[in-house]
Amino acid sequence: MEKEIKTFTVSIYTENNIGLLNRISAIFQRRHINIESLNSSVSEIEGVYRFTILINVTETQIKKIIGQIDKQIEVIKAYYHNEDDTVYQESCLFKIKSSLLFDDRQIQNIIKDSNARIVTVNKQFFVIEKSGRRKEIDSLYDKLNEYGIMQFVRSGAIAITKEPMNISEILSEFKN
Amino acid sequence: MNNTKKISGSEAVVKCLIAEGIEIIYGYPGGAIMPVYDELYKYEDQIHHVLTRHEQGATHSAQGFARISGKVGVAIATSGPGATNLVTGLADAQIDSTPMVCITGQVSSNLLGSDAFQETDIVGISTPVTKWNHQVTKASDIPKVLAKAFYIAKSGRPGPVLIDITKDAQFELLDFNYKKVTGIRSYKPIPKLDTTSLDLAADLINKSIKPMIVWGQGVILAEAENEFKKFVEKTGIPAAWTIMGVSAIPTSHPLNVGMVGMHGNYAPNMLTNECDLLIAIGMRFDDRVTGNLDKYAKQAKIIHFEIDPAEIDKNVKVDVSVLGDAKESLSKILPLLKTRTHNSWLVKFKELYDIEYDSVIKDDLFPTKDGLTMGEVLKEINTYTKGNAAIVSDVGQHQMIACRYANFNKSRSNITSGGLGTMGFALPAAIGAKMACPEREVVAVIGDGGFQMTIQELGTIFQSKVPVKIVVLNNSFLGMVRQWQQLFFEKRYASTEMVNPDFTAIAKGYYIKSKKVSKREELSSAVEEMINSKDSFFLEVVVEKEANVFPMIQSGASVSEIRLK
Ligand SMILES: Cc1ncc(C[n+]2csc(CCOP(=O)(O)OP(=O)(O)O)c2C)c(N)n1
Repeated sequence: MEKEIKTFTVSIYTENNIGLLNRISAIFQRRHINIESLNSSVSEIEGVYRFTILINVTETQIKKIIGQIDKQIEVIKAYYHNEDDTVYQESCLFKIKSSLLFDDRQIQNIIKDSNARIVTVNKQFFVIEKSGRRKEIDSLYDKLNEYGIMQFVRSGAIAITKEPMNISEILSEFKN
Repeated sequence: MNNTKKISGSEAVVKCLIAEGIEIIYGYPGGAIMPVYDELYKYEDQIHHVLTRHEQGATHSAQGFARISGKVGVAIATSGPGATNLVTGLADAQIDSTPMVCITGQVSSNLLGSDAFQETDIVGISTPVTKWNHQVTKASDIPKVLAKAFYIAKSGRPGPVLIDITKDAQFELLDFNYKKVTGIRSYKPIPKLDTTSLDLAADLINKSIKPMIVWGQGVILAEAENEFKKFVEKTGIPAAWTIMGVSAIPTSHPLNVGMVGMHGNYAPNMLTNECDLLIAIGMRFDDRVTGNLDKYAKQAKIIHFEIDPAEIDKNVKVDVSVLGDAKESLSKILPLLKTRTHNSWLVKFKELYDIEYDSVIKDDLFPTKDGLTMGEVLKEINTYTKGNAAIVSDVGQHQMIACRYANFNKSRSNITSGGLGTMGFALPAAIGAKMACPEREVVAVIGDGGFQMTIQELGTIFQSKVPVKIVVLNNSFLGMVRQWQQLFFEKRYASTEMVNPDFTAIAKGYYIKSKKVSKREELSSAVEEMINSKDSFFLEVVVEKEANVFPMIQSGASVSEIRLK
């Protein structure tokens, strides 16, 4: 059970500090763990940042990694979650030749069926945006790839956990 | 204009050190740190800067200072090569949880990232080997960053911190106002003690039939020596130590059953796989301690007293973890424990000790063959220091012998590079230890290999008049590596034989009294002369070239597969 490799979402609340990304990524690098995706942004608390990292490891490994991350001075708290415990999304952009949009009706159906959206169109190309789970994005990619993709980019996953995070409490505990 | 109040960043650095109670620092000057050195010159009467002969020496001296005193050691260096020379010491302090603050100069902030002369990204380089590090580019940040540095280095599980200060920040003026840091909101140095874990642990301890303690440096770092002694004596449990833990209670204590690990004692290693309860206190189950994890104490319940949550279940899965500061945990568990003795279980330790004595210890300490043994040198040191000295050992065979045989009456007396195994550690570390505790005898025990890694620090000993005693156990080999080559590489001695210089002549070159001994008859009086010397003294002892350290747990083997020859 503990040896099974699964996808985990790591959420790290941090003080904003220049060297912190280096410190966190070194923890993965030392253990030869590939970061599947990484996102850093502001959080719901002013001055507190949030990293969202997706990795494929065993439960035993993730526990140890969280321990190592949590003990970094500027990390307020690190959590890990299963896919089921989070609501998460990735977003991606496709750049496609404009002629395809007008010459082949089929591509318009693909866009509609996949809940993607056209961001911009000009004479040479148009740009499609799609947010969703990795599988949905992959499937859209496969479909569009048949027509030819000029450029493709996918963002890191961002995730919201179903259970509450007690960051504010941790921070207010300190003041007392 | 009230510029009169303002001071420069570099003066602020020195004032911060003074405010933290720092009296001695170790370092080496250079371009990017020159403004700080200029201030050190002015504050000479308040803060003593020791010029080492290499920045690595400065870090190890700061470590030796910290290890013997419990205070934060400070090392300072210039940018570029000065900074990179600190890396080994930082890594050593990180893995051995030694409180140290390193301050480096850096090129001016407008030059950062331009490959300027002597620019290296020391913050990037040192990230994995520091508890915390930070670059300062504004003078006004200096007081609060240094205050934070000292707090982080010392609190919780201690460790090294590096602060990199750009040259313009050293010149810039600021209003100086120093406030010690007492807390950081994202950092919890000591986890809150959970009393239910104490109940669970006490229950296991009270019920156990063949319990055993393995303690580490955590006992010393938490200043929990008294609480630990009471714990051991009340429960009557045999207590073994890791190389970092020894001296927390006197080595002569009747419940001290010796060292665990690769070259530890026979009994505690064997009985690790026989006890029904293993109580780990302030230790981290290093692979040199556990051997093969799949065959480590599988029959036993395990309790882990530990300050760092990341250490729980890291290497060994435990039944009960008591998170917290060892001083608090041990004093709180004491009333829950029954007063017991474990006499028949202790007899087992004694029986196995006798086996080790007959096959190893006797020949180490009372050899009958011609060649001098490292063990008998340690025995003589014990005789003349009466166990009151701090022994600073380097890395290799002599280190294992020193740790196995040195007698200690006082805590913080075994200073060695445990986790990193840094050759070259001992000579500079001994300097720091002696300066921190001038009233104590400090004896460095070093191999002929490791001595030559930081031999230049003889210059520091000479210039700063540090009366350390230096014993080089010269086997004309990189002995520990040679031992492995003999045992596991069919005696192919690839690059381990050393053609050595006349060490006593080198010591003489630094005006250090010296002596060379190669006969048994001369040994005792030479050690006596060394210990009685008021000044520093260098003693070279020519020992048996191809002697091996036993017992030994081969890598990959289980602790109970420990071999006696
Ligand atoms: C800086 C460093 N380089 C290499 C090693 C690997 N190493 C471990 S023990 C040892 C031999 C030490 O020889 P010496 O100092 O003569 O001591 P002895 O083992 O002979 O007592 C070596 C090379 C090390 N621990 N540290």
